[in-house]
Amino acid sequence: MASWGEASESRLIGKRVNRLSGKDKVTGKAKYTFDINEPGMLYGRILRSETAHATVRGIDLSEAEALPGVNAVIPLIEVGNKLRYQGQEIAAVAAETDDIAKDAIRSIHVDLEELPHVVTEDDAMAANAPQIREDWANNQSEPNVREDGDINAGFAEAAVEIEATYHTPVQTHVCLETHGHVAKWEDEQNLTVWASTQGVFGVRNDFAQHFELPANQVRVITEHMGGGFGSKFGPGIEGRTAVELARITGKAVKLMLTRKFEHLVAGNRPSMTQHVRAGATSDGRLIAYDMKGYGTGGISSGAGFTGPYVYHVPNSRAERVNVAVNAGNQRAMRAPGHPQGAFAMDSLMDELAEKLGMDPVEFRRINDPNEVRQAQYTLGAQEIGWHRRNSVPGSGTGVKKRGMGLGSGQWGGGGGRGTEARVTINADGTVEAVTGTQDIGTGIRTVIAMIVAEEFGLDTTDVRVKVGDSQPGLPSGGSGGSQTTPSVAPVIKTAAAAAKQKLFERIAPLLEAPVGDLRVGTGTIYVVSDRTKTITWKQATGQLGMESISEGGTWDEDLRQNGAAGTQFAEVEIDTQTGAVRVVKIVAVQDCGLAINRLTTESQINGGVIMGLGQALLEERFMDPETGRMVNANLEDYKVPGTFEIPEIQSIVFDTHRKVTGVGEPPCIPTPGAIANAVYNAIGVRIRSLPITPDKILDALAEKA
Amino acid sequence: MEKFSYVNATSLEQVTSLLSESGWGEVMLIAGGTDLLAELKEYIETPKTLINLKTLPGMDSIEADASGLKIGALATVADIAMHPTIQHHYTVLAQAAGSVATPQIRNVGTLGGNLCQRPRCWYYRDEATDCLKKGGDICYAVDGLSKYHAILGGDPVYIVHPSDLAPALIALGASIKIVGPTGEKNMSLEEFFTLPAANPFRENVLEPNEIVVEVSVPAPKPNTKSFYLKAREKGAPDFALSSVAGVFEMDGQTCKTASIVLGGVAPAPWRSKEAEAAVTGKMIDESVSQQAGADAVKDAQPLNDNVYKVTLTRNLVSRAAMMAAS
Repeated sequence: MASWGEASESRLIGKRVNRLSGKDKVTGKAKYTFDINEPGMLYGRILRSETAHATVRGIDLSEAEALPGVNAVIPLIEVGNKLRYQGQEIAAVAAETDDIAKDAIRSIHVDLEELPHVVTEDDAMAANAPQIREDWANNQSEPNVREDGDINAGFAEAAVEIEATYHTPVQTHVCLETHGHVAKWEDEQNLTVWASTQGVFGVRNDFAQHFELPANQVRVITEHMGGGFGSKFGPGIEGRTAVELARITGKAVKLMLTRKFEHLVAGNRPSMTQHVRAGATSDGRLIAYDMKGYGTGGISSGAGFTGPYVYHVPNSRAERVNVAVNAGNQRAMRAPGHPQGAFAMDSLMDELAEKLGMDPVEFRRINDPNEVRQAQYTLGAQEIGWHRRNSVPGSGTGVKKRGMGLGSGQWGGGGGRGTEARVTINADGTVEAVTGTQDIGTGIRTVIAMIVAEEFGLDTTDVRVKVGDSQPGLPSGGSGGSQTTPSVAPVIKTAAAAAKQKLFERIAPLLEAPVGDLRVGTGTIYVVSDRTKTITWKQATGQLGMESISEGGTWDEDLRQNGAAGTQFAEVEIDTQTGAVRVVKIVAVQDCGLAINRLTTESQINGGVIMGLGQALLEERFMDPETGRMVNANLEDYKVPGTFEIPEIQSIVFDTHRKVTGVGEPPCIPTPGAIANAVYNAIGVRIRSLPITPDKILDALAEKA
Repeated sequence: MEKFSYVNATSLEQVTSLLSESGWGEVMLIAGGTDLLAELKEYIETPKTLINLKTLPGMDSIEADASGLKIGALATVADIAMHPTIQHHYTVLAQAAGSVATPQIRNVGTLGGNLCQRPRCWYYRDEATDCLKKGGDICYAVDGLSKYHAILGGDPVYIVHPSDLAPALIALGASIKIVGPTGEKNMSLEEFFTLPAANPFRENVLEPNEIVVEVSVPAPKPNTKSFYLKAREKGAPDFALSSVAGVFEMDGQTCKTASIVLGGVAPAPWRSKEAEAAVTGKMIDESVSQQAGADAVKDAQPLNDNVYKVTLTRNLVSRAAMMAAS
């Protein structure tokens, strides 16, 4: 059975290793899609709707076509069709400069017949609301109902009950590098596209199919990528448009979304509103859970959320519907459905615990069947100093009040098949690892180098890693679902092991030892039974002469494991006069199995916590009911955490086994619940709607007074 | 943005002469550009000519002597924030300047630009929304999304004035020097700003052919304490949900005179004579400070989403008063 070996035997695996691309990134040498400039390249722009709902009566492209410097103008919607949200594509241009392209889209004249719109869930569900999806009565999908046990029997057993409504608004991904592509046709049958994507092969296959090309004649390159969070899997309309403009003009075309439309059309986390009634027995067992909820993912569906979550409830019923509004569609966003569900569930848990007169940690211990999290509760409580917490919520004195809370999360991250890789040893001693995954900022490039270097007894900088390119034809899946490392690492490991075996076979005669007795040292290969027989790595590879060793790998399931439990504890301080919430500290205890690179694993946890903090305290898409437009499609009024908001984050890599589990997503799940519970503990007033902004704190305190 | 011609200013006469060639919006002034560039990029403004003021000599000075301060309109926000005399004797101004945006913006943004900056209102800043401020029929905040809008003096346009420097300078009793084609004039900074009832399209009394050149601040009286308290949702960069500039002339815990000016809550910096009256001549204690806070907002008329600003402003005024007495 393949294994990663013992920690004591590892030279690199499990250690903190700086990411290989770090220097290139901080010096600006790293080239993102945004940085790609081809000779004679044109700039693409898309004219998008500012109207939430309308029928297109006519599109006049003539003025744009006549502008000097404009090379192509194409419609993206047919006359007679409907525009159904602000930001929807109408037409596109390619021009010699970005300024000309912007002028050109502004000189396209569109004749619209405006239709009534609904942009909020309340408006969409109101009686006599305009019908915006013909297939959904009252703009609502058929309910999805899940039942377990018997809720009536459960409530009959309950000693305490809570009934509450929890809400989380639509949140957008805010990728620092917006969605975009640079497309270039090498000739009529060969296409190269630099894409800001989480999946080079998915994008390649989409282009191949759409433009009717053999897949191996489409090359997609993503050397560095500035954030995706689930929103960058396919090329989208903007990607196909870039390629089409390049095809028509015969020139390279760069088309990146503006910040405004990144908010509007590049995906979002759906909203959630849930009304829940739940009960617990007098000895603290969660016994009944009845939830009705809805959310919107724009005009599309996909507004699911978890509930009940993590904790065991023997009797439950959950009914969810999707609500359609005239707004851009949802896309997967870091742990889709989980953070919003976790916020509601962990708030509910604390409300029940208080009614029972029970400590929130104690109440979770009783109801959480997950053994890993049970251990995490102990560690997290110890690290945050749970004993310092207000035993009576809001009992602190003074203007600034502190409180503590916790939240939980659960994720898969077990990886999957579908990755091909090659590890090559050349006669000059150089080593190369190639696969079609992409480094979307999570550090897989470094992880690959560490695995290969460990196997060969080399340094990570000795390994040349090639990822983010479909050209070698070694596919890998998209980087989503926390799947990259558990999908890629086993293949790299087995490929490196196979290459090492081949090398051992070649040099065993030279060392006059059986292959099974050969081991790698640090830059050496030696015979385990006779250590005087040692040669350097280069002496060994020199035996290859004109040949190279190049081996593929397999996805060995024994090298990875599914399931990542997490718990976070938050301490907050609230200025009761201004309503400002300052997060003092987050202790994030994250189960992850074997953290190949402990440094980037901790970074991943830090990033998740920061994203969760943004959801908890700052982020909200505001849609104006009257105009149908998003009023904060910028980074001034759509607020994301900055340096002032980042608390002390204690990221604890809770490595309970030595198999690889992905943790890209789970660290953002428990944060909002933990913060919301800490806020309650500080001021004794519960905010059941995210984000927890000063207006809500002040209004709630005023109501309490 | 639309194309425009770019002219380097050589003298105030040249600037006012160029400005006199047209009404609002045809010829515009640019110094730091931190506000104007965003307006150009969003097509909120589409001038034919921009006059670069940075080439005007000597307008970026800060002079401090026993009688007070003279600050040129081209002095940067960072210069004001970092000036030792301002930090020591005009604390409210240094604090206000230090709270503006980010270091990058403070390094290029100027005093004149900060005072004359346009509203941040999300309806005003959206090209597609033809709001009352831009000559349309309605102020969308009245029935729309009004979290960041005015609770005082709004009718009929509920923007808030975004300047941090203005409340601080008004609280210090500053006056402003304006140059036009016929010469210069001085007025108190408080009078410089106007409410939408007087003019829904502008935030001050500047004529299209006039330029702000200098702000003067009298030296504070002995035993003066001053503070700028700014509440916001984010540490930085973020505009004020509500801010209070307070200048208190104290005798022990007794307040001899006070000026209290609110930011972020009205279409102009809002001098609260009511709050001033509540503390003037009084020994400031918890109940006096509470009264000052309550009096500051007693005429507040919040919209749907900004009731919290009433509480927030009340609390900030009380806090400022308590700080004066401590």
